[in-house]
Amino acid sequence: MSQPSPVAYDSKIEGNVIFTRVDAAINWMRSNSLWPMPMGLACCAIELMAASSSRYDISRFGAEVMRFSPRQSDVMIVAGTVTYKMALAVKRIWDQMPEPKWCIAMGACASSGGMYRSYAVLQGIDHLLPVDVYISGCPPRPEALLDGLMKLQKKIMGEHALEDQKRSLVDAL
Amino acid sequence: MTAQDSVTRLQERFANSILKAGEFRGENSLSIKIESVREIARFCRDELGFDYLLDISSLDHFGGDPRFEMVYELYSMADGVHLRLKAVVPGEDNPVAPSVSDLWPTADWHEREVFDMMGIRFEGHPDLRRILMWEGYPFYPLRKDFPLEGKPSDVPEVAFTEAAPLAGGPFVTIPTDGITEVREPRARRAGDPLSPDKFLAES
Ligand code: SF4
Repeated sequence: MSQPSPVAYDSKIEGNVIFTRVDAAINWMRSNSLWPMPMGLACCAIELMAASSSRYDISRFGAEVMRFSPRQSDVMIVAGTVTYKMALAVKRIWDQMPEPKWCIAMGACASSGGMYRSYAVLQGIDHLLPVDVYISGCPPRPEALLDGLMKLQKKIMGEHALEDQKRSLVDAL
Repeated sequence: MTAQDSVTRLQERFANSILKAGEFRGENSLSIKIESVREIARFCRDELGFDYLLDISSLDHFGGDPRFEMVYELYSMADGVHLRLKAVVPGEDNPVAPSVSDLWPTADWHEREVFDMMGIRFEGHPDLRRILMWEGYPFYPLRKDFPLEGKPSDVPEVAFTEAAPLAGGPFVTIPTDGITEVREPRARRAGDPLSPDKFLAES
């Protein structure tokens, strides 16, 4: 027979109640379960794969669920060289992702065209989509990607969950 | 059969079509007339055992006449022998070469690449479409008069291109006969003069 707790509260209820702001709660949930859309276009994608392997383990940050359907993803990780031939396809997949969505430009190519100053390569994916985090490197190490992801999480935590990310919805209301 | 034997047999058989035979560091090259490419290619494949087409490439002798040239690299698996056929392509505006894709199926994609990058068309090719760029792209990017940074173009819903900002930056080769380090220095900022002396002094 267990003795009733000497402390004067019901631990079954009190321990499970948290007071917070809805912004903080929503942001906390969003930032810790970012499902990436892996846009692996060139060599950087290998480092993206390494980041999800056990050694670097991107799932520690809640972002291991690589979704190959844009409908289920939150963050597009553009990892690699965006050729003009691919550019509109990337844009189209971005448009198919539901709001709220974020974009990480991983590596020199995705950020600026990298070493390809050429007729065939888009000079940075930010010509087509709004990029939240740029990661330097050619390729960036998986740690750099994790760092970028944590920066993005910080950014999300600082946003107004509804106002910033669902502006059209707020306007409609 | 050695490469030299093959060259001798070809010279006996196609005396009128072979313009020049050369040998450099063990590699044999034959300059042939473009009209006899198919005939010679078939003979090489059927009689001389060149069962493998290693590569097809094309050259742009910009400013020269004739401007374009085709290069075929043949290989015989059985003898381990390599042979190169070269043929200049007449016509600067609309260069046409015969297709060898029925002799070696691998020529299909090689010829599409030559068509895509250099704009040489192939007579008798079963499916002459662009292979790297998209249908509707208006330029041939490996021609010498095509700028490194590209040209703007737009095929709605398919793809667009813009000129890349070179800004005299590190991707621009300095016109000099100096060594690579001088021609393409590893560090150069946009706006730096294209003068080789500066980099010579530094290195
Ligand atoms: S940044 Fe470097 S590693 Fe990444 S895609 Fe470009 S060339 Fe490859």
